[in-house]
Amino acid sequence: MAQTYRLQDRGRVDLERPIDFTFNGKRYRGYAGDTVASALLANGIHLVGRSFKYHRPRGILGAGAEEPNALLQVESGPRTLPNVRATQAELYDGMAVTSVNAWPGPDTDVGAVNQLFAKLFPAGFYYKTFMWPGKAWPYYEKVIRHAAGLGKAPTDPDPDFYDKRYAHCDVLVAGGGPAGLAAALTAARSGARVVLADENPEFGGSLLSARETIDGKPAIDWVQATLDELRGHPEVRILPRTIVFGYYDHNWIDLLESRTDHLSRKPDDRPRQRMWKVRAQEVVLATGAIERPLVFVDNDRPGIMLASAARSYVNRYGVKPGNRCVLVTNNDGAYQAALDMQDAGIEIAAAIDVRAEATGPFTERAKQAGIRILPNHGVAAVDGAKRVRAIKAQPLAADGERLTGASRKIACDFVASSGGWNPTVHLFSQSRGKLRFDAETAAFVPDRSVQRARSAGCCQGTWGLMGCLKDGLAAGAEAAKAAGFPDTKAGSTPKASDDGFLPARWLWTVPGEQPVGHKGKHFVDYQNDVTAADLLLAIREGYTSIEHVKRYTTTGMATDQGKTSNVNALGIVSQARGLPIPEIGTTTFRPPYTPVTFGAWGGRDVGDLFDAERHSPMHAWHVRAGAAFENVGLWKRPWYYPIGNESMHDAVQRESKATRDSVGILDATTLGRIDVQGPDAVEFLNRVYTNGWKTLKPGMARYGLMLGEDGMVMDDGVTACLRENHYLMHTTSGGAGDVLAHLEEYLQTEWPELRVYLTTVTEQYATAALAGPNARKLLQEVTDIDLSPEAFPFMTFREGTVAGVPARVFRISFSGDLSFEINVHADHGLHMWQTLMSVGEKYDITPYGTETMHVLRAEKGFIIVGQETDGTVTPIDLGMDKLCSSKKDFIGKRSLARPDMLDPQRKQFVGLLPDDPEEVLEEGAQLVEVLKDAPPMDMVGHVSSSYMSPNLGRSFALALVEGGLHKHGQKVFAPMPGGKTIACTITNPVFFDPEGERLRA
Amino acid sequence: MKARYSIFSLARNALSYHENWQQAWHSPEPKKSYDAVIVGGGGHGLVTAYYLAKEHGMRNIAVIERGWLGGGNTGRNTTIVRSNYMWDQSAALYEHALKLWENMTRELNFNVMFSQRSVLNLAHTQNEVRITKRRIHSNRLNGIDSTWLDPEDVKREVPIIDLRGGGRYPVLGGSIQRRAGTARHDAVAWGYARACSEMGVDIIQQCAVEGFDIEGGQVTGVRTSKGQIKTNKVGLVVAGHCGVLANMAGFKLPVNSRPLQALVSEPVKPIIHNVVMAGAVHAYISQSDKGELVIGAGTDAYNGYSQWGSNPVTEDTLAAICELYPLFRRMRMLRQWGGVVDTCPDASPIIGLSPVKGIYLNCGWGTGGFKATPGSGHIFADTVANNRPHPIAAPFALDRFRTGFLIDEHAAAGVAH
Ligand SMILES: Cc1cc2nc3c(=O)[nH]c(=O)nc-3n(C[C@H](O)[C@H](O)[C@H](O)COP(=O)(O)OP(=O)(O)OC[C@H]3O[C@@H](n4cnc5c(N)ncnc54)[C@H](O)[C@@H]3O)c2cc1C
Repeated sequence: MAQTYRLQDRGRVDLERPIDFTFNGKRYRGYAGDTVASALLANGIHLVGRSFKYHRPRGILGAGAEEPNALLQVESGPRTLPNVRATQAELYDGMAVTSVNAWPGPDTDVGAVNQLFAKLFPAGFYYKTFMWPGKAWPYYEKVIRHAAGLGKAPTDPDPDFYDKRYAHCDVLVAGGGPAGLAAALTAARSGARVVLADENPEFGGSLLSARETIDGKPAIDWVQATLDELRGHPEVRILPRTIVFGYYDHNWIDLLESRTDHLSRKPDDRPRQRMWKVRAQEVVLATGAIERPLVFVDNDRPGIMLASAARSYVNRYGVKPGNRCVLVTNNDGAYQAALDMQDAGIEIAAAIDVRAEATGPFTERAKQAGIRILPNHGVAAVDGAKRVRAIKAQPLAADGERLTGASRKIACDFVASSGGWNPTVHLFSQSRGKLRFDAETAAFVPDRSVQRARSAGCCQGTWGLMGCLKDGLAAGAEAAKAAGFPDTKAGSTPKASDDGFLPARWLWTVPGEQPVGHKGKHFVDYQNDVTAADLLLAIREGYTSIEHVKRYTTTGMATDQGKTSNVNALGIVSQARGLPIPEIGTTTFRPPYTPVTFGAWGGRDVGDLFDAERHSPMHAWHVRAGAAFENVGLWKRPWYYPIGNESMHDAVQRESKATRDSVGILDATTLGRIDVQGPDAVEFLNRVYTNGWKTLKPGMARYGLMLGEDGMVMDDGVTACLRENHYLMHTTSGGAGDVLAHLEEYLQTEWPELRVYLTTVTEQYATAALAGPNARKLLQEVTDIDLSPEAFPFMTFREGTVAGVPARVFRISFSGDLSFEINVHADHGLHMWQTLMSVGEKYDITPYGTETMHVLRAEKGFIIVGQETDGTVTPIDLGMDKLCSSKKDFIGKRSLARPDMLDPQRKQFVGLLPDDPEEVLEEGAQLVEVLKDAPPMDMVGHVSSSYMSPNLGRSFALALVEGGLHKHGQKVFAPMPGGKTIACTITNPVFFDPEGERLRA
Repeated sequence: MKARYSIFSLARNALSYHENWQQAWHSPEPKKSYDAVIVGGGGHGLVTAYYLAKEHGMRNIAVIERGWLGGGNTGRNTTIVRSNYMWDQSAALYEHALKLWENMTRELNFNVMFSQRSVLNLAHTQNEVRITKRRIHSNRLNGIDSTWLDPEDVKREVPIIDLRGGGRYPVLGGSIQRRAGTARHDAVAWGYARACSEMGVDIIQQCAVEGFDIEGGQVTGVRTSKGQIKTNKVGLVVAGHCGVLANMAGFKLPVNSRPLQALVSEPVKPIIHNVVMAGAVHAYISQSDKGELVIGAGTDAYNGYSQWGSNPVTEDTLAAICELYPLFRRMRMLRQWGGVVDTCPDASPIIGLSPVKGIYLNCGWGTGGFKATPGSGHIFADTVANNRPHPIAAPFALDRFRTGFLIDEHAAAGVAH
């Protein structure tokens, strides 16, 4: 295919490297260095898609991040990407792009029927209709949903991966145009660590699209020289294709580097994108400016584009957007584009200038170049639906609010429009810097920085090239100095032109033949199809706050976030309300500047790395033994150890019985351990646990309940006194982190006077719990500790060796059976475990997992925090009021004295025996005392734990029941879905060894 | 009488180029005195005024809003509406609201797009399974629709989900409430404002309450940035700023105010139908009618008033989304924001009387009060009008922090969106 609109004599694309791509299935050719947009234009294509609401034909408006219209679906299959701006997508070989929101295609789009009803669809119409009949909304909604939505999400998992990096620097420079490059230069010369990022593949910013000179040479030579020098500084990091998208507190800046999207073949070993999280001492914002379109009737027709974009296509990409152009402008600067276009051989049919008098440096040059200027003219109409064919110009009335006199039709094949410029203040605003409205340029400019940042160049309202360079040099030097680097001599500013774009006339809506909204549409937000008439309607209906205007009309809420529309919308609202723009306000800019891939936010924290897995030192053994695992906090714990095809139920029954009959072994490594030391350690324990600790002697251990401030049980565990002023606290496996944070909070904020030091030592130990009548016999074979009941009573610990390695053995029990918990250094864990397993063979030692652990402890009526408790259970509710000392204060004590805590009707901890011993209640089942035929029914409690016990030979459960402590023997019912009811009797929760003979044996 | 909204009125107005629509609500200057002043023009405040006017005959009342209507959490939330709460008191409150949601569009003649697309709550750990089942049983016996889904059922409801949860936290099941869904948040504020205005309620925006006049323990007026207003009844409905206003009135509230954040993707064609909430990994997602994926993230770990939310929270949430929906990894975040949420120690709201006579409290909704909007306003209006708690509001009295009668929903949901 011939690229009819390609210029051979200018542009930065590589004419030696042709690139083939497809658009809506048809093959086209472009060159390396093209974007999809420039390549399409080179092939004479303007019509690329259909609009969101009205399905109007749409073309390419801009040449960069501001593009609202030309959104395309790139590729299909797993790598597909919806809503990609054609103006930023770099062309690669074999690239396949298609239009979004147009079926079958942008040329003949079925959705275009919407245009017939467009009159019924003003802003907010959906709030006023689809209400009848009452139940029909879901059907309306379905249709609406299918009509909305632009591109398609991928339907397959993403084959790419993403990366994240942290970086620190002295000076971050956002934007690689003249101001940014100059800033990077002076900062780098001072020796500062500089990060320079630009969203483009090439540095130079606006200079890439310009024909200006610096020091008498093409500006691009200066860009090259500057980059060469920057590359020579080892502390400078230059990041092309990297968008600075988020400015957070304390100069934390987020960048997104694109690494493979521009490549035809995606390497397997390279992340698609990398998110940089940069902490910068100082920041220079040099993000340039974005032109705004003029709001005239049917200003959305394909072929109508920003003047700066047209200039960019000609100068940077060597592409003519057409052969015959009409310029529509309200300012002098746009004539620069016209001159460049004329130089490239484009006929400038006319310049429609809304200014009463067309003056200014570029205007004068245009006049000299023979460009026909129609001053004080508006646009009466635009011809051509799928591509502009002609534009009708007509003189403006004196007030600028109507057209008068005779119109003339000017044939053209594209239109360049300029409504002035907006400094790109997004990052500045994200940093919470204050903006100021500059009436002369009708633009928001930075006023006061709140963070250590400064703006340079166009983004702070400096419009001439010379001024931008000067700004940049100064900003870079200032930033480096502020970061503690020596003053650098900025040297003399290179010589360049210094023109702005004024004079201008701020006519927010260019009147057409008929009043706004009557015929044709004056678009403000192209992507969301918001017109000037919509904004006026919002105000008429009382949605006057700019936030209401925005939300009611959706202006500025599309994927371009209003880059071209926000100020125009403000202007129109200000005019309609008769208030100056600063009183209307501006909406806050939020991160991100341009949309950022979810995958990049997630980085490598996906799959197995989503959350760290914690393993005990015996983990590999459990895996080999075929254990099924359960997530407990971050830990992977053996849940049960099925043999062969054994079901979970069968395995748990076997493990439970074997433990009670002989001996079982549990990996208890995961229990949290906190080392508590210091002269005030015992006082500290007294305050954080409900019971007293003063009498605990070295060598002894004690069970404790820890409450939250609200008096509710938050954790439990055994704490041992290792020696005077030195304790080892055990917490629940899942609660360890929270408990440590809770204790530290109290130590640091409430009791700074206590001399106590906490260290987590969970990872330092491996623990095996031996339980069952043969536990002692087995352990005695491998330890030098005297295990006899007299020498080693219940709730004490001893130190010695086990399996030849140093060990601390606790005689404590969570199973309710004779039990020893053996702690060794983590490194010895596997050795200890394997020794116990092989010596235990003769006792048929059985490894058991958390499920059997749950059964055994439930038989004994031991609670699990988080299962019997849920943050609403007090020690009194658990029948553990004896553990609450009346002699001292502790966290939660005061809350326990509140009237409701003493209410006898609170839910209390009980056992439950289903009438049918084969029936295992569902955990979570609700209990009622009075059955009704159908809900609602009054609930009196719920089942917290429920199992089949081989040791009791029946099912049993634990529950919390209103007033349950005094209801032993009474009946309750669990009404299940489907009408089944399970009757049970409330009992004491201790089912096994109520006297504790096994425990203390 | 306002013109009714309908397809016919749209057609009629199209003939006059939509130039004859009336204001949805009036914006008068404040009067010298009112029978009641509602502070806070969010959903809860507006609904309160609506029912005061509609059911209690109080027409000489005003809603006073510091910024713009609905600009607080009402316009910042992820709009999940459900009633499957665990405790009886909560279930009664949220179910009362859900019933009002079901008729809201017709009652207001304003399409709030209440979309009962069902809400799933996933369980990723054994403990979550237990708690979810407990909640379902409780819902059922309270007469609230709620059913358990096995993993395969979850997959049937949400075909794009990865049940392996990326491998780390597989989906073990979940609950579904089919009557639950989402609504258009702004429309709720606007619809009630329009209805209030029509009944003569003064809606005053850009007017901050800066203090109270209190004589002998009874409120006699509010001081605002637009001057002094006399009134004997003040409803405080200011969400994240309730602590600030309580302070002005001389009492304290057991509330933490923190930024909670949310974000949306670029709009795409329909890809996920239901609302899916995964508490363990913290990922809440639904798709708006416009096509944006609406994602709820977590609260910052510290108190603050920035409507922003910290960056690591965004990272964690999107990592979780990528785990459960690997196909969304290429989707892009378009916008992110925060709202200041007011959370009580038991994660339940405070509705009722305050230590100052004539000042009534409606706050503490934290991360999950949007769903309660109509119900909250309804029972609060009754409370304000009659100077005693509505029966549904009674358990949510401020006094519960003294008596200990807490309604702790933490167990039922990590975050109660
Ligand atoms: C990110 C996010 C996601 C959420 N997701 C959900 C969800 O999915 N489902 C759900 O049910 N809930 C959700 N919530 C919670 C929900 O948004 C709130 O609980 C609810 O909207 C509160 O409504 P409101 O009317 O009480 O408060 P708001 O809408 O915040 O209204 C309070 C108003 O008081 C005004 N005000 C404050 N101080 C003053 C003063 N001095 N004078 C006058 N006016 C004042 C404020 O400007 C504000 O407009 C979410 C919240 C956030 C932030």
